[in-house]
Parts: sequence; structure tokens; C-alpha cells
Amino acid sequence: MNTRRKLVTVATASALALGLAAFAAPASAQEKEKPIRIGVVTFLSGAAAGPFGVPARNGAEVAAEALNGGKVPAPYTAAGLGGAPIELLFVDEAGGTTKQVNEFRNLVQRDNVDLVIGYISSGDCLAVAPVAEELKRLTVFFDCGTPRIFEDASYKYLFRTGATATMDNTAAALYVTEMKPALKKFAGINQNYAWGQDSWNDFEAAMKVLKPGVDMGTSQMPKLLAGQYGAEISALLTSGADVVHSSFWGGDAEALILQGAPRGLFKKSTIVMTAGEPTLVRLGTQVPEGTVIGARGPFNMFAPDNELNRWFRKAYEDRYAVVPSYPAYKMVQAILGVKAAWEKAQAANGGKRPSQDQVIAAFENLSFEGPGGKVDMALGKGHQAVQGTAYGITKNVGGKVTVVNVKRYPASRVTPPDGVKSEEWIKSGFKTAK
Amino acid sequence: MASLVSVLIDGIIYSSYLFIIALGLTLIYGVMKILNMAHGSLYALGAYVAATLIGAWFNAGLNPYGSLALLALSALLVGVIAGPIIERGLLRFMYGKDEIVLILVTYSIFLILEDVIKLIWGVESYTAFQPYGLLGNIDIGALPYTVYDALLVVVAVLVGVAVTFVLTRTRQGKLLVAVIHDREISAAMGINVGRVYFITFTIGTMLAALGGALIAPKVSVVPAMGVEVIVLAFAVVVIGGLGSLPGAALGALIVGLVRSAAVHYLPEVELFSIYLVMALVLIVRPKGLFSAAEARKI
Repeated sequence: MNTRRKLVTVATASALALGLAAFAAPASAQEKEKPIRIGVVTFLSGAAAGPFGVPARNGAEVAAEALNGGKVPAPYTAAGLGGAPIELLFVDEAGGTTKQVNEFRNLVQRDNVDLVIGYISSGDCLAVAPVAEELKRLTVFFDCGTPRIFEDASYKYLFRTGATATMDNTAAALYVTEMKPALKKFAGINQNYAWGQDSWNDFEAAMKVLKPGVDMGTSQMPKLLAGQYGAEISALLTSGADVVHSSFWGGDAEALILQGAPRGLFKKSTIVMTAGEPTLVRLGTQVPEGTVIGARGPFNMFAPDNELNRWFRKAYEDRYAVVPSYPAYKMVQAILGVKAAWEKAQAANGGKRPSQDQVIAAFENLSFEGPGGKVDMALGKGHQAVQGTAYGITKNVGGKVTVVNVKRYPASRVTPPDGVKSEEWIKSGFKTAK
Repeated sequence: MASLVSVLIDGIIYSSYLFIIALGLTLIYGVMKILNMAHGSLYALGAYVAATLIGAWFNAGLNPYGSLALLALSALLVGVIAGPIIERGLLRFMYGKDEIVLILVTYSIFLILEDVIKLIWGVESYTAFQPYGLLGNIDIGALPYTVYDALLVVVAVLVGVAVTFVLTRTRQGKLLVAVIHDREISAAMGINVGRVYFITFTIGTMLAALGGALIAPKVSVVPAMGVEVIVLAFAVVVIGGLGSLPGAALGALIVGLVRSAAVHYLPEVELFSIYLVMALVLIVRPKGLFSAAEARKI
């Protein structure tokens, strides 16, 4: 019922020109320039729409329009995907896994999309993964964090261009132990579902490895969207923890800050918010100074100062009058990954439109550039991306919030090697981490 | 180990919030025999209106303390606009129909209101945090609490006392109690049942919106915030007994204290604890703690 379908044709004037040229061109050129239909699945309603889904959709629109217009900097200067314009078909991710599986089937079987890019919820990713394989359609997960996707199974048609949540929590543990070498006790407040539980388990395991003998205080697991954390904040305040880990996102993260800050929680403990960057964008100086913030990768304030990043920030801000938060970055990263794979496959195919199998072959083990820097499809037999990440501490400067003491962690330090499960890797003491 | 004082205070604060919402729900059920699924959306509507008004108030640079009055104004606005529209526009055509049909009708209102909220406010979150920290903190035991939370408890008590006073000491209230006991006899005795329904639904809507408005400064006002609250409010009124005012108070207190104790002592079972209590109460008292004895109608 909440599904909102909107066919967004983002063919710009240049794409139109391409289409007109195709009208008089030979059949092979017409085939090459036939629009590439991409199903984009992201939250357009519900609690995850504002912080994640809408920025991701906006990122997709900015990227598709700029790519079709040939306005993206090198190495993506060719229009569309290998000359063919991109057409986006948006689907709302809200409604649960059963609905998402049906929507995915609709995209593939009814709308006949060439590929699907999407999914923020780990639950949706776990549900859609086997269906993508069953329907044999190229599918790219852009955001969901559960490492279980490629650690528990292998896929041919499925790729994920964003790093897993293991990276977020391992790097968070590294950051706080480096920042507070004398820390004696840590605690957590995470949402009671797969994302929150996995995040806490990884962080807890990493802390015990990095700081043997460290005390674990309370682990609060309120219900997703609980909204009120009075008792949890009291429990955290009485726990005496030096560090409090939280993978809260969206309204829950905002509520924790709005309720915790007046009661002194952020002064008493160092709060680590692994997915805190969209909240920082939303709340600005309301986020107390000294909060440790992550962006689930090198995005927004952690992004490198390169031409792709400068282009994306400007294009996004010009269109939406806000800075792009990490879901927008990750969506663009996925689209650029597909473009890199598509054009590599097209080049290998003598310049003709590549088949899906050729795109998949080109995508495996691919390295490509995004606005967040280099991405390596190094895990899951070349289907799962690894990427470095960064953490920093909030500081208010001149009435504006900024992030200081930024530390960067290369992928090799915060990600298990291929074939090793995240949990085992952390418990082994990050073996092979450089 | 957390002190018992923290458990009690956290529990009472949470109970106050639950009570205000559950009171509206139980009042509507008691009088109209409608399990109002749209109650959560009306709560969300109160929160959105409060967030909007408070945002405009502070943007205009007006006296910060005036923003507290906006919370009551938001509840009033939602109550007198949304309540009559829903009751006169839809519900009055459904009276006398099966309770299940009425649940479906209010569920459809819930879905419509969720989309209305999305149409008006979009999917972005809204914050109205200024009033929450405005009154400062008080230390109780070793922990700081905001004065705003204490205010929430005071408001809940005042609302409970006011509703009790109206129901037991005023003519209108006594008419309403008569309708609660028997609608048909009340109508036969000359009570304008339609008018009682109209007033009850408007007050119930106002109470839902008041809950939302009071909570707006503490939370991020986001889509779907009404979904969570309706589940909790149902738990409260089921424990207390559907349609019972003291039941709503006791139910809210039980849920609040049990949840608080779970958070402090055994956070793993926090989610489960509320429903465990609900199940235990229903085993002993299937119609809730304060359910009235019913005459069997032949």
C-alpha cells in the first residue's frame, strides 16, 4: 500500500540527442544506445526514508542525470553506460521482506529491468539475495551492512559495492582504544534487530581483543523506533562506562542525542555513533562536542578531496540545497561501479553492448573510483567491496559542527580476508590485518 | 546495580506518557465501543503540529517559555479539527455496526492519516528540542533528570484528575457514564447519544494529540512514530481493562515500571517483559484488571 512507483526518465538533452542519432544509426548502434533500465530500491516512506532512503534516491537522480549528460569527471566522462542512457525505476523499500521479494520479482519479470540497485535494510538484502540468483538478474546492494550475505553463501548475479558493518565496528573499536588508552569499561545501546545486534557483537568482540580485561557494562537493546530512552539513559549513566557504542540511526539516533545530551550522558561517557553521520547532517550543533562519528565509509566529511567528490557534492548541493550524507554517496558509488563494469565489458566486447554475463565477469574483482575514493571488489569471490573508513570527533567551530581528530583505517586493517568470517576474524585478533 | 529509585522514576515518567495516550483510547472504547486504530496517527499528528509550531516560535525569536503553551495548543488544534472531521465525516455512519467492522474502519483512517502526514510534512524528521532542556535538570539520587520529564508526570496526573472530575462530578460526565453503561437505555432516557459520541471522540483525539505534542520535544518526529505507540497503548488498556479509566492508570504504571525494571536489571528481556505481564494479567483476568462485571444479555 505504501509502494510508490515512479518511472523517472532522466534522459537529458544529450541523451535525447543520442536517441535521435540512434534513430538513423545501424541496428547494432541502436541496440547499444537502447536505454538501460535500472530498478532502484530504497526507502521512500517510513522511518528510514528521511535519513537514508531519500538521500539515496536523490544521489541516484543526480548521478543518472549527470551520467546521461556526460557531466561526470574522469574516468566516467562517457555518456550513460557505454553510450546508452540510464533510465531509473524507483521502488519503495518499505513494507517488509515478503513485499520486497515480490517487488523484486515485479522489477525483473514485469518491468524487465536490466539490473537492480538497492536495499538499505540487511533483512531485505538477505531475503532478496537468493531471489536475484533464482531470477538470474544482475543485482547490486549499495548499503545494507550484514556480512552474512557473502560469508554464508556465494552468488553469481549479486554484488555489493558498500563495505560490511564489520568494518564500521572494528574501526570504531580501534578508534576509541587509540583515543582513550586508559578506558576500563564500555557499554552499548543498539536497536533490537539484526543491524543493532550484529553491530554490538562485532564491537564487543573487537573491544575484548583490543583491550583484554576491559569491563563490559550494560548492553541496552531497545526496540527499533522505540523513541524514548529515559530508562536506558539512566542505565548507561549508572554503568560508569568510559565509552558507549551505538549503531542507532535516523529518528532513534536523533532522539538518543536529544534526550541524552540534556542529562549529561555525552559528557559522562564518550559516545560512538557508527552510523552517526546523517544525524550530524540533520542536527548540526545539537550533537554534543566530543561525540565519535562514523559515516560507514569515507563519505561526506571523510571523503577524499578528489575531482569526483567535488563534482558530486556540488551537483547534489546545487539540486537539493543540502550536503549529501553517506547513503547518497553509497548510491552513487554503486552506480559508478556498475558503469565501470559495464564499460569494461563493452570494451572487451569490441564496443558492442555487453551481455549480462560479460558485465558480471567484468564486475568481479573490479577496482573502481567513487566520490569516496577507491573501491575494491575483493571479497565474496570478487562480489563484495572493501573500502577504508574513518572516524572523527565532533567539534563546534564558529556556530557550525565539524569533525576533528579524523583517523583513517585502510580496508586491510578493518576487514577480514576473503573466505574468513567476520566473527572468527575478530576473535582471532584480526589475523592478517596489516 | 541501578538503584530502585532510578527504576521507579524512569518507570513513572514512562507511565505518564503511556497514561495520557491510553486514556484517550480507553475513553473512546468505553463510550463508543470503538477500538480506535487511528489513535497512533492522531498522536503523530499532535507531535507534527507541535514540532511545526515550536519550530516557527523559536525561528520568530519569541519568549522560549511560551513554547510550552504551544504543546497544549497543538493538542487542542488537532482535537477540534481532526476529531470532528473523523467522527462526523465517517464514524457516525458506522455506529451500530460490528466491532470488527469498526476496527477496520479506524485502521483505514490510520492508513489515510499516515499518508496525510506524509503529504503535509514529507518523510524528513522534525525536531522541537528546545522546550526539553528549557527548564533545566534536577538531580534525584545520583542521576540527573530534566524538569520537563517531571512536568510530564504532573500533566498526566492533572489530566487523570480532570477527566475523573468531569466524569464523576459534572452533569455532562454523568451522562457520558450512563452511555458507557448502556447506550440504548441512555438514548431511551433522552440522552443525545450522538452528541456524547462527538464530544468523547474529540476529547479522545485531543488526548492522543496531547501525548504526541508532549513527547515531540524529546524525540525526533518521524513517519511511522504512531505505529509503535498504538501497540503499547493497547497493551496498557488491555492490562487495565478496556474502557476503564483507573485501569488505564494502573496499566500504564505496570507497563512503565516493568519496562524500567527490565531496562535496568535485565535489558535482554525488555521487549518481552511488557507482553509477559500482559499475558499473565490476561490469564488471571481475561478482561483486564478493572473490567466491569457484565450482565448477560439474552
